[in-house]
Amino acid sequence: MILIFAEHSGQEFKRGTLELLTAAQQSGLETKAVVLGAEAESLAGQLGAWGVGEVYVCGDPLLKDYNPELYFSIMAAAISEAKPDYVLAASSMLGRDLFPRVAQKIGGAVASDCTELSFSGGAAVVRKPLYAGRCSARVEFQTAATKIILMRANQLPIGQPIKNTTANIRKLALSPVDLKTRIKEIVKGASEKLDLTEANIIVSGGRGMKGPEHFKLLEDLATVLGATVGASRAVVDAGWVPHSMQVGQTGKTVAPTLYIACGISGAIQHLAGMSGSKVIVAINKDPDAPIFQKATYGIVGDVFEIVPSLTEEFKKLLQ
Amino acid sequence: MRIAVCIKQVPDTETKIKLKPDQSGIEPTGVKWVINPYDEHAIEEGIKIRDSNAGSSVLVFCLGPKGRCSEALRTALAMGADEAVVIDAPEFLDTSLTGRALAAALKKEGAFDLVLTGRHAIDDNAASVGQILAGELGIPHATVISKLTLNGGVATVEREIEGGTKEIFEISLPALLAANKGLNTPRYASLPGIMKAKKKTIKEVSLNDLGVDPAKGAFRYAEFRLPPEKPAVKILAGDVKTQSHELARLLREEAKVL
Ligand SMILES: Cc1cc2nc3c(=O)[nH]c(=O)nc-3n(C[C@H](O)[C@H](O)[C@H](O)COP(=O)(O)OP(=O)(O)OC[C@H]3O[C@@H](n4cnc5c(N)ncnc54)[C@H](O)[C@@H]3O)c2cc1C
Repeated sequence: MILIFAEHSGQEFKRGTLELLTAAQQSGLETKAVVLGAEAESLAGQLGAWGVGEVYVCGDPLLKDYNPELYFSIMAAAISEAKPDYVLAASSMLGRDLFPRVAQKIGGAVASDCTELSFSGGAAVVRKPLYAGRCSARVEFQTAATKIILMRANQLPIGQPIKNTTANIRKLALSPVDLKTRIKEIVKGASEKLDLTEANIIVSGGRGMKGPEHFKLLEDLATVLGATVGASRAVVDAGWVPHSMQVGQTGKTVAPTLYIACGISGAIQHLAGMSGSKVIVAINKDPDAPIFQKATYGIVGDVFEIVPSLTEEFKKLLQ
Repeated sequence: MRIAVCIKQVPDTETKIKLKPDQSGIEPTGVKWVINPYDEHAIEEGIKIRDSNAGSSVLVFCLGPKGRCSEALRTALAMGADEAVVIDAPEFLDTSLTGRALAAALKKEGAFDLVLTGRHAIDDNAASVGQILAGELGIPHATVISKLTLNGGVATVEREIEGGTKEIFEISLPALLAANKGLNTPRYASLPGIMKAKKKTIKEVSLNDLGVDPAKGAFRYAEFRLPPEKPAVKILAGDVKTQSHELARLLREEAKVL
């Protein structure tokens, strides 16, 4: 049996959740889900159509924002009640923080940052990149206890809700916890765009952009494509853009469908964060820049001429 | 204040990865080992906190083959840590057993007010051992922290999540905190530091001493593969307008991503 941790934004399920629902649909295994937070009950109603038989919900206002101890307590409770073979969750900031601790508590296994998932004869077949994508390995579970699999976003196809059924809703109550962690404040990020780790298209800029004022060119291109803007470490270190925009080994690991690298040389530490992208476009004036070795399509030329021209072309194509 | 810092040794980012012929792992010969970059921030933070709180100490722990891991510990001592413990273990030990072994090693050294680690190790990007260790020790945790202020027994930490949003937590000590890059700038080991570190002894413990059986892991990595060869890049020719037009066409018709 599969238990999906259905992460959501308050209004809708995250892309990663839909990917997991699709994988569960195809597994042939019985599927349950957990939805937490104030909007849990209204969202839970959508899950029956995805083939989820039972949804554990907890709408306690204390779960509005992520407190590791409270989330841990409720997830451990849901798992001990459902006793799943597998828990599927997104390898998001929340998932990565929470589930190792849950695994410790239930004596199970956790594999994070996985990129391949399928089911064969009821058993999960899971692979993940190692050494910043320089190789990958299959995760071979060696426990009969619950196995928690955290999947990177954008790795699995999204199917359709297929069933005309409603899921059983089971309410869970948060037990009192002697809290050691208090949420002092949540400072919302300025960006309305999807986070780099969830974005389907990324337009990324490096030192070749020559200065922070020119990132406007990339934002224009990103707006046309519905993309999120990323950056190399060189420009983050130079203070042009915040660290939250850095892609690479010491920044974010991303795997969008389309990654457009503008004025980025393609240092190994940058490639480490984005080489899992499905299609890579490189724009660089140096024909020997290493980024071209990883790129699907390349344009040798000046970003200041090419990026605005691309924005125009994409506008025409997409309108 | 007693501070424990747990570090991992990982292959340097420039190291070429080769697989063993039977694909059971990577070929360890020729690998250049370094301290996991995020763990350097944990060491730095430990030293800084010790230096501003009289009577404090920093103990560094590293789990892995003791020969190479001792070098990582020697570097941490040279940066300024007070003592070091190596937990001798095979090349691979899963996250649950690593967390359990570290917890047992820490307990052997007494109680700690603060346990610091990096947010994840860049080799398998599991980001799991810190939270598992905190669970074994029964203390709260906060990961990916880029700011830390201590006030009596309470740490205020800032953790950046998706979309540049920041979660600010107050967490009572003892606690485990996992460092992100923005937390500080790790110092380099000074020459006197290196000389002093050479004279220090690194304490050794075995998994057996800690009651951990390496055969009882919850998972292992198998069937290693190198990434598939990428077909050669398609370089688009012509003037800027032609190139952009062609790229838009290829992305829609050939790659089918637009
Ligand atoms: C431990 C460690 C961790 C690291 N982590 C990261 C990481 O997470 N992410 C990361 O990105 N880097 C990381 N780095 C740094 C990395 O090694 C590179 O220094 C960095 O990626 C270079 O950034 P860049 O490509 O923007 O700059 P450069 O290497 O300077 O490249 C600029 C490129 O722009 C091109 N260019 C210049 N002008 C134009 C123009 N007008 N039109 C078109 N092209 C132009 C140039 O030909 C060049 O290829 C790390 C390094 C270390 C040691």
